Amino acid sequence: MALLKPDPTFHASPGEAAAAPPETLGYVVTLNTGTNGDKAPDALCVVDLDPSSSSYGTVVGRLDMPEIGDELHHFGWNACSSALCPWAAHPHVERRYLLIPGLRSSRLHVVDVKGDPRQPKLEKVVEADEIARKAGYSRPHTIHCGPDGIYVSALGAPDGDGPGGIFLLDHENFSVKSAWEQDRGPQELAYDFWWHIAYDTIVTSEWGTPNMVEDGLIGELLLGNKYGHQLHVWDWKKRKHVQAVDLGAEHQMVLELRPAHNPRNAYGFVGVVTSTADLSASVFLWRRADDGTVSAKKVISIPAEPAEADQLPPLLQPFGAVPPLVTDIALSVDDSALFVSCWGTGEIKRYDVTDPDNPRETGSVRLGGIVERTAHPAAGALKGGPQMVEVSRDGKRIYLTNSLYAAWDEQFYPEGIDGWMVKLDAEGDFRLDPDFFLEFHGERPHQVRLEGGDASSDSYCFPD
Amino acid sequence: MHGAWPWILVALLGAYHGLNPAMGWLFAVGLGMQDGDRRSVKRALVPIAIGHEASIAVVAALVLGLGVVTDQSILHMVAGGVLVGFGLFRFARPRAHPRWTRMRVNRGELTWWSFLMSSAHGAGLMVAPILIGVGAADATADGGQTLGHVDVGGLSVITTVLAVSVHVAAMLAVMGAISLVVYDRFGTALLRKTWLNLDWLWAGAFIVAGVVTFFT
Repeated sequence: MALLKPDPTFHASPGEAAAAPPETLGYVVTLNTGTNGDKAPDALCVVDLDPSSSSYGTVVGRLDMPEIGDELHHFGWNACSSALCPWAAHPHVERRYLLIPGLRSSRLHVVDVKGDPRQPKLEKVVEADEIARKAGYSRPHTIHCGPDGIYVSALGAPDGDGPGGIFLLDHENFSVKSAWEQDRGPQELAYDFWWHIAYDTIVTSEWGTPNMVEDGLIGELLLGNKYGHQLHVWDWKKRKHVQAVDLGAEHQMVLELRPAHNPRNAYGFVGVVTSTADLSASVFLWRRADDGTVSAKKVISIPAEPAEADQLPPLLQPFGAVPPLVTDIALSVDDSALFVSCWGTGEIKRYDVTDPDNPRETGSVRLGGIVERTAHPAAGALKGGPQMVEVSRDGKRIYLTNSLYAAWDEQFYPEGIDGWMVKLDAEGDFRLDPDFFLEFHGERPHQVRLEGGDASSDSYCFPD
Repeated sequence: MHGAWPWILVALLGAYHGLNPAMGWLFAVGLGMQDGDRRSVKRALVPIAIGHEASIAVVAALVLGLGVVTDQSILHMVAGGVLVGFGLFRFARPRAHPRWTRMRVNRGELTWWSFLMSSAHGAGLMVAPILIGVGAADATADGGQTLGHVDVGGLSVITTVLAVSVHVAAMLAVMGAISLVVYDRFGTALLRKTWLNLDWLWAGAFIVAGVVTFFT
């Protein structure tokens, strides 16, 4: 389908996006672990986020996936603001489809949410076999709508080992085109990726191969510093690896990449799950110099909190402490605020990052956590903790879900996780919305995407 | 086509190409905004115009060459066929683009981008029937002979160069004015309101031009 005018959800600059009308719907993928009876398919749920609506804060639509056991995880749009990028502008495509990979099944679901935004429809399934055959990859993870195609990262090869990388999907028919890399250099591990769109630079991060993560966190590998601890910098034009930036071997699991939205700003933040030196978690700032080289430094460090062994899951008992486990971070569209999820200790922190080299903590909310299990005003004590965090385009509302990854949920929250989604307000003081508590009975929500785009979905080609 | 009309049309088409954000002014604005420097907008215009001109020159050379080796009716048949075919292609794949480029371009890359962009959108093809018309009008003024029958050598090459120059001058004037006005005053917010999808109109224009060329 083509539109007469550019899709109203495409914005040339971050400022335009922030000034757009607020979201009225959220899309949440939920994982069905079978803990509450029969095993059922994972689903895409539609949540009403319009405060003036009578169904505000409830699930108003859902689409069950066609098969069981996908492990829906991250997902993204077929097209976004990058469609306005001047060198390959195609502004009349629609932001219409959510591309939802099964991280375990490698099936990639193309879901139409524009026909009826509250009743998503399955348009197409890209099978694992097509991804393996045409790109040599498996376990698709991050989706980004690029100016010239849809980019998807994958954790590894079909046999479950490395290398992981990025592959391209055709904009129009969603068929797999090829692996993106022409020269991967020393890169082997993969997880997230994003770009400095005006600097022709792609940055990728490292978790582990499918064999290193699918049966749970492997203690020996972690203590041997075998999980990812590097960033990789790529020349977007040449599709070539240009630099590996080692954050230090003890900084294990370098996950979510959040580059500045202002295309002039060639810096970004990346979260590190844990340090094997002291179980702390951290956020690094990377910065691209004029000559194209990238350097990184730790700008936030969050210490582990002491705990009695009997409060801890077996995996953590030898350490006598609960690690923060920073599993997600999110940067507001105006690049001024960074939100950091501590899934282990059960806390979400807000930092003022207008001076990115010197983040300043400006708020913290406790919720759930391995030891604390902090209650929500609208519910009792909570299991799980703040995990995937999404920021509205205007930066005023924050949405959180609590599930990480089925096999890892069991290790850190062995009593099981009841799925929930909450909202926080970030205008002025950072605080929980006491009335917004959405429970997912027997299902675990992973990521939230907001109708019309959010702080981690769109890239902008023009500065304000 | 007779008299001044081909010249007016060739200039109007130039203005139309200049108006199309995909043909270059938007890229010039983007480069200027990224650098925070108005001079970057102006610097981008010349390479874009040269690339556009080169794309048209290729088509013009083909028209001229065909004019030398064949007679007018075959020239019209070939041009008409190519135009209709290209129009159908643009209907089927309205977003076919060169995909190799990125934001950071030097002058050479920007020229090449513009050449590919103009070629992919058929900017030169669109001008082809008018070039044929210019040649015909010129020949008419020169003694009633058609392009195929005159000594194509000097006269038509000069005419063609002139026609392409008029086209690119009009394009550059419009593109330059828009890019600077957008950079200075309106900003990119106007894109969403004013960037109409002319893909079908654009594709349809080829088919109409092709059919007209068949029958003239």
